[in-house]
Amino acid sequence: MAEENYLLQMQDIVKNFPGVKALKGVELKVKQGEIHALMGENGAGKSTLMNCLAGVHSPTSGTIMYDGEVRENYDTSQALHMGISMIHQELSPILHRPIMENIWLGREPLNKFGLVDHKKMYDMSIEVLKEIDLDEDPRTEMAQLTVAKMQMIEIAKAISYDSKLIIMDEPTSALTDKEVKQLFTIMRKLKAQGKSIIYISHKLDEVYEITDRITVYRDGTYIGVEDTDKLIVDRLINMMVGRNVDEMFPKVPCEIGEVKLEVRNLTHQRLFRDVSFNVRRGEILGVAGLIGSGRTEVIETIFGIRSKVSGQILIDGEEVTINSPRDAIARHMALLTEDRRMSGIFPMLSVRLNMAITNIPKYLNRVGLIRYKSLKSECDDYVKKIQVKTPSLMQKVQNLSGGNQQKVLVARWLMTNPDILFLDEPTRGIDVGAKSEIHRLITRLAGEGKSIVMISSELPEVMGMSDRIMVMHEGRVTAVVDNTPDLTQEQLMSYATGKAVGEE
Amino acid sequence: MSTIAEKAQPGKKERSQKTQQILQKYGIVFVLFIMIIGISILEPAFLSRSNLFNVLTQTSIFGIMALGLTFVIISKGIDLSVGSVLALSGVIAASLAQTADATGKFFPNLPVMPVIVPILAALAVGALCGGISGALIAKTNIPAFIATLGMMTVARGMALIYSDGKPVSTLTDSLTVLGGKLFGWLPIPVLIYFLMIGVSYVLLDMTRFGKSVYAIGGNIKAAEVSGVNVGRNLIAIYAYSGLLAGLAAIVFAGRVGSVHPGAATGYELTAIAATTIGGTSHSGGIGTIWGAFVGALVLSVMRNGLTLLGVDAYWQQVTEGVIIVVAVIIDMRKNAKKG
Ligand SMILES: Nc1ncnc2c1ncn2[C@@H]1O[C@H](COP(=O)(O)OP(=O)(O)OP(=O)(O)O)[C@@H](O)[C@H]1O
Ligand SMILES: [Mg+2]
Repeated sequence: MAEENYLLQMQDIVKNFPGVKALKGVELKVKQGEIHALMGENGAGKSTLMNCLAGVHSPTSGTIMYDGEVRENYDTSQALHMGISMIHQELSPILHRPIMENIWLGREPLNKFGLVDHKKMYDMSIEVLKEIDLDEDPRTEMAQLTVAKMQMIEIAKAISYDSKLIIMDEPTSALTDKEVKQLFTIMRKLKAQGKSIIYISHKLDEVYEITDRITVYRDGTYIGVEDTDKLIVDRLINMMVGRNVDEMFPKVPCEIGEVKLEVRNLTHQRLFRDVSFNVRRGEILGVAGLIGSGRTEVIETIFGIRSKVSGQILIDGEEVTINSPRDAIARHMALLTEDRRMSGIFPMLSVRLNMAITNIPKYLNRVGLIRYKSLKSECDDYVKKIQVKTPSLMQKVQNLSGGNQQKVLVARWLMTNPDILFLDEPTRGIDVGAKSEIHRLITRLAGEGKSIVMISSELPEVMGMSDRIMVMHEGRVTAVVDNTPDLTQEQLMSYATGKAVGEE
Repeated sequence: MSTIAEKAQPGKKERSQKTQQILQKYGIVFVLFIMIIGISILEPAFLSRSNLFNVLTQTSIFGIMALGLTFVIISKGIDLSVGSVLALSGVIAASLAQTADATGKFFPNLPVMPVIVPILAALAVGALCGGISGALIAKTNIPAFIATLGMMTVARGMALIYSDGKPVSTLTDSLTVLGGKLFGWLPIPVLIYFLMIGVSYVLLDMTRFGKSVYAIGGNIKAAEVSGVNVGRNLIAIYAYSGLLAGLAAIVFAGRVGSVHPGAATGYELTAIAATTIGGTSHSGGIGTIWGAFVGALVLSVMRNGLTLLGVDAYWQQVTEGVIIVVAVIIDMRKNAKKG
């Protein structure tokens, strides 16, 4: 193909952060009208490269040729003018402002007096929301929305710039299948209009479904580019991690004991009602459902973050009252929250402290001081096991790549060694290699007799890991089924969409 | 998405939720009403027209500064310099507005100038001081607290240097008329205050600048990648705050008839308190002009009431402190645990 057909050519891009060489001279070429995947392990440098392209960072060296011209030293607003918009991986919205102001920020429609035309902004937002099929009033405050809806709004916003090149950095990590399908429809439409899309995801099936070509990076270096339909999965994984990854879901059957946690008719004022289920010792209960089905809210209620209207929670057959997360932790429960940015990480603190923070008492010596040595050795252990890519344990967590932040959180909760562990989307944004390692650790916990409740929007993960699966739809449990080999994804989807109701 | 409970029982629950929402949203207005009712039962004279205008007039100076601080605090900043900036722009304006026969005239040979000159001078000095603070914050990334603390001290010092430590007095009628009344009943400071409430409301709610203020305070990173020029907006925010301090200086000069370089010490804290009481959040991204108005009223109604009721001046301070904290506690109930 002739050179002129590339909309974007990035060459020899180097980006250094203090103490970290994030990109060591990589390239990327994107054609007009293609969907181009960037793949690589957590910390490979994908987001950094895209931030350089979108004007968030300026590269230490290298050339960016876009739309036939060499571009240098531009900022985000100039990038937007050039027709490059980006959905950021780690960006949270402006929470206390309405949806419409989030979408049109920085380019609000003005009336003839130069004042913001709210009516027009509202109408334009309705149009945009229709495009992503989201039924929300544009005047709703962002804070009222679920993470998934916020993500859909980010997508809507990026599209509304009418850019030539749209960068999507893990847009689907907070979405369920239904929204992903919707996103793909939109992407195909954009492609048909001749726009180019750069798509980053750790979900292989998505990448194979939607992209035309794949560029792979590893450790800040460029590995290669291939047509998607000519690249077999094993080879792709090998390019990404530099070795073959064994079995994705290393579930070993383990002995299942008595009921540990039982929930009876749990009802929330608005979000869900009559939720009953139990989980036994040594069991992994998978929880499937679409976004808005109330899965996260059920767990948050059990954990004392939200208040229930009625219902009982029993641990070891005894009813307990849990009014706050502190009560829950005192009962040996732990919760890995869905939204790591808002309720998970302490961005300014070190990797070590982030891992150990719920566990400090375990490392105190007789006079109440922290025994750093044993703390460090356990942290080191986990960093190695799940391959957290960080220059040191003292690095601020906010400087890690998205997937590596998630790994730090997973390590934190695995280290607390709770009796009942709630995991809300544990492997969100985590690369294939580390994913299977986390699955292995979860299985090992179950093997030690712990009870695990795992919410996941990835059906293969739910089906690969669980002993039983609970499905929710619009705030109700539609099925609790044994995870037998003849259970199909289609079956689960029909429970999740409320088309069928399983035996309870 | 309509949720199940709403489908199931749309009646009572929803309504009580609504009242709760209204209570949350206007909590501080209730506090104000309760105060007004309480005071007027104990001292009916409070409700006389002249006293009410008196309250508003007393509100106007720090109330005007609170409007600027609303922008600043919504953007997750703080401006400690407004009191000193008032003093500096006040002495400069006053020196340009002395009568021909004033003793110890600042500029002995200066002819009496049209009143617009001192006014513009005060506004310009204020905006300049604020703009410098803003530029420091934007360009050097130092915390707003430090930048404006520096400006607070520098402006106060400049005021002392400029006036040689002495008050500047005997101002022309054309300036002092601004502290007086229109038609014999409508205080001009109140008129200016209300005008600025309107201007600030339009700026904050209906311009791109206003939206950017919220965005910068709500999530500066998101604002940046959406193409908002954060630096320029920060400069504008602090310049506006300074400009309003300059305007407050004119009102001050008009009312008092002179400006001394130590004027308005501590006013910045009163203005910050008014803004905060009115629900503007120091964690950024939340706040309204309307809130700054109500917050300022809470403060001056309280002061006026305590004086009318004959509360001892020392005890007045104690009561004031307690009421401020209680008012904000009542208002903070909106940040309760997730539903
Ligand atoms: N601001 C920063 N300061 C220091 N190091 C950084 C900073 N931003 C990124 N890095 C480092 O650069 C490397 C590349 O990070 P990047 O976020 O680009 O990875 P990624 O490929 O997007 O990974 P993921 O799949 O987890 O999102 C990582 O090692 C990360 O720790
Ligand atoms: Mg990334």
